[in-house]
Amino acid sequence: MTLWLERHVPKLVLAPTFIAILLFVYGFIAWTGWISLTKSRLMPKYDIEGFQQYDRLFAAPRWDVAMNNLYIFGALFIVISMVLGLLLAILLDQKIRTEGVLRTIYLYPMALSMIVTGTAWKWILNPGLGLEKVVQGWGFENFTFDWLVNPDYAIYTIVIAAVWQASGFVMALFLAGLRSVDTEIIKAAQVDGIPTTRIYTAIIIPSMAPIFLSAFIVLSHLAIKSFDLVIAMTNGGPGYATDLPATYMYAMAFSRGDLGQAASSAMIMMLVVFTIVVPYLYSELRTRND
Amino acid sequence: MKFTVFAAATAALCALATTSVAEPQAEVLHWWTSGGEAKSVAVLQQEFKDNGGTWTDMPVAGGGGDAAMTALRARVLSGNAPAAVQLKGPAIQEWYEEGVLSDISAVAEENGWADVLPAAIAEHMKCEGTWCAAPVNVHRVDWIWANAQVLADNGIEMPTTWEEFNAAADKLQAAGITPLAHGGQAWQDATVFETVVLGLGGPEFFHKALVELDPEALGSDTMKASFDQMRKMRGYVDQNFSGRDWNLATAMVMNGEAAFQIMGDWAKGEFLAAGKTPGKDFLCASTPGEGYLYNVDSFAMFDVDGADKEEGQALLAKLIVGPSFQKVFNLNKGSIPVRTDVSLDEFDMCAHTSSEEMAASSESGSLLPSYAHGMALRGAQSGAITDVVTAHFNSDMSSDDAVEMLVNAVAAVQ
Repeated sequence: MTLWLERHVPKLVLAPTFIAILLFVYGFIAWTGWISLTKSRLMPKYDIEGFQQYDRLFAAPRWDVAMNNLYIFGALFIVISMVLGLLLAILLDQKIRTEGVLRTIYLYPMALSMIVTGTAWKWILNPGLGLEKVVQGWGFENFTFDWLVNPDYAIYTIVIAAVWQASGFVMALFLAGLRSVDTEIIKAAQVDGIPTTRIYTAIIIPSMAPIFLSAFIVLSHLAIKSFDLVIAMTNGGPGYATDLPATYMYAMAFSRGDLGQAASSAMIMMLVVFTIVVPYLYSELRTRND
Repeated sequence: MKFTVFAAATAALCALATTSVAEPQAEVLHWWTSGGEAKSVAVLQQEFKDNGGTWTDMPVAGGGGDAAMTALRARVLSGNAPAAVQLKGPAIQEWYEEGVLSDISAVAEENGWADVLPAAIAEHMKCEGTWCAAPVNVHRVDWIWANAQVLADNGIEMPTTWEEFNAAADKLQAAGITPLAHGGQAWQDATVFETVVLGLGGPEFFHKALVELDPEALGSDTMKASFDQMRKMRGYVDQNFSGRDWNLATAMVMNGEAAFQIMGDWAKGEFLAAGKTPGKDFLCASTPGEGYLYNVDSFAMFDVDGADKEEGQALLAKLIVGPSFQKVFNLNKGSIPVRTDVSLDEFDMCAHTSSEEMAASSESGSLLPSYAHGMALRGAQSGAITDVVTAHFNSDMSSDDAVEMLVNAVAAVQ
């Protein structure tokens, strides 16, 4: 009996979560997939009609804008956050005296909710209230910074706010990575008289590859599910210039009573996540098996 | 004497009613949670209680009703719908098609709704011939509000055609005043757009294009001209308009920063709340062109189980359309009664204009549902049009491209 328990307790303990995940994650993914093949409008309908929701989705100019914005936002957000985070981490790694304080300051934005970040940046970037007005008040009459209300540039203001929020977190990740590099190797390199920049580019950064991957995965899923920041900052506007797939899905499901369309956009979002996560899982599992 | 007998008889009847049937009950789902709106709905609640009913309030704030609709979906799916739900326009028929609305024709006929409601509006309250909803008020959408002082200082009359509006706007702009106070939110863009379409195309064209969704009308030169006018309007708003709430735009007109605002008569509430007098501090007129765009709030009646709930639903429907509630509620809310037989003595001049023009346009057949406020089309269709309108307004898209996009977008959601 005790032997049986010993062998089965882990399974028994895990079973409820396993069932819950099976139902609430995979079950609802399947449900959404089903709905995306129907003509559901206000309420779910279950007669499969084929892929016409996807045809409609790909024909919609607004969806095009949303996907383009996702690429622009995702690429810039991930790259800039990583570069800034790495830079900050290297600078903090120079054994400076106030590291603890600085680290906290940089990490703090992560503690804010995206809604707060979005609202604050909305005010800062508003041409009539924020930066532009202040600089013009200083006497630079010709200064303009109206990206927030310019449909061609509004998406970049979202990138600014998101980078501000996330780069401190990336810094913390990288800082941990920098500290975990074997100091013996670094000391040996220093003894050999190798310049510091070369130590970083040739030894430290390459040995942090797993950290880069983790940072990339965390940032990319943040980018894809990004919703609250846009809602708070621009609410998708001007027009629908800053729509992202998540805000598109919300509008279809909850404002327009177009469940089928919302479900099909959700499925596409999931596919985008899969194309990023599946290679990661694959590489992770393969190294484990070696 | 006669009166006391009547009162006694009524009391006896009421007593009879309450003993034979359980106390009337109604659960009401609505999103009137802010200031004047909350006060307005409290009036109904009080009246319901005075008539012996038990009111279960279910206010769901947020997202202009989106949150309430999500709550409603959950309730209907679980087979436990509230008795009455704040719904309007074709959404009522959309829910009817789900087979969850109840029939309140008995109440409607007993109280002669058909005789007191304008025919076009009564039609919205019916589901395949039977009454399934009770109308609360009529908001007019095609209003243009103006700061009287600014207009007088610049020697401008209230415009009656769009050319006059453009001329006035150019003049104001030269004088350094923002001609049009506007908030760059999709629904506000759509509100301006529909008044332009009504003004330039006339009621018949409006009906063809934005109610029947006739592809020919949508792709016509009149539609192009409407988009041209929208491009002009874009030049008349200030640089900082993106995302501004409508009441902030109203405030701009109030303090003379801007001259005009195109907005439904809920804007009047803002003026009145700031202690402004219609006709003296601010002016109200219909937007250039003929016709009347209405936005009617209503309560759809959902299927309920049990005599007490059915009783409550019937009582609620009766009270909603009853003259006393119609008057008190609309005085609070800034709209006008949907009944044509309610005395307007206590209402202001804008409400009088609204009421007279509603009666006149009802006669001439130019009483039209507002597309921007979900009276004319279902969510997916009006959303598709709004997408095009707001994309055009907020970019440098040409009118030709906009018209082409409009036709395609509407075809995709048919």
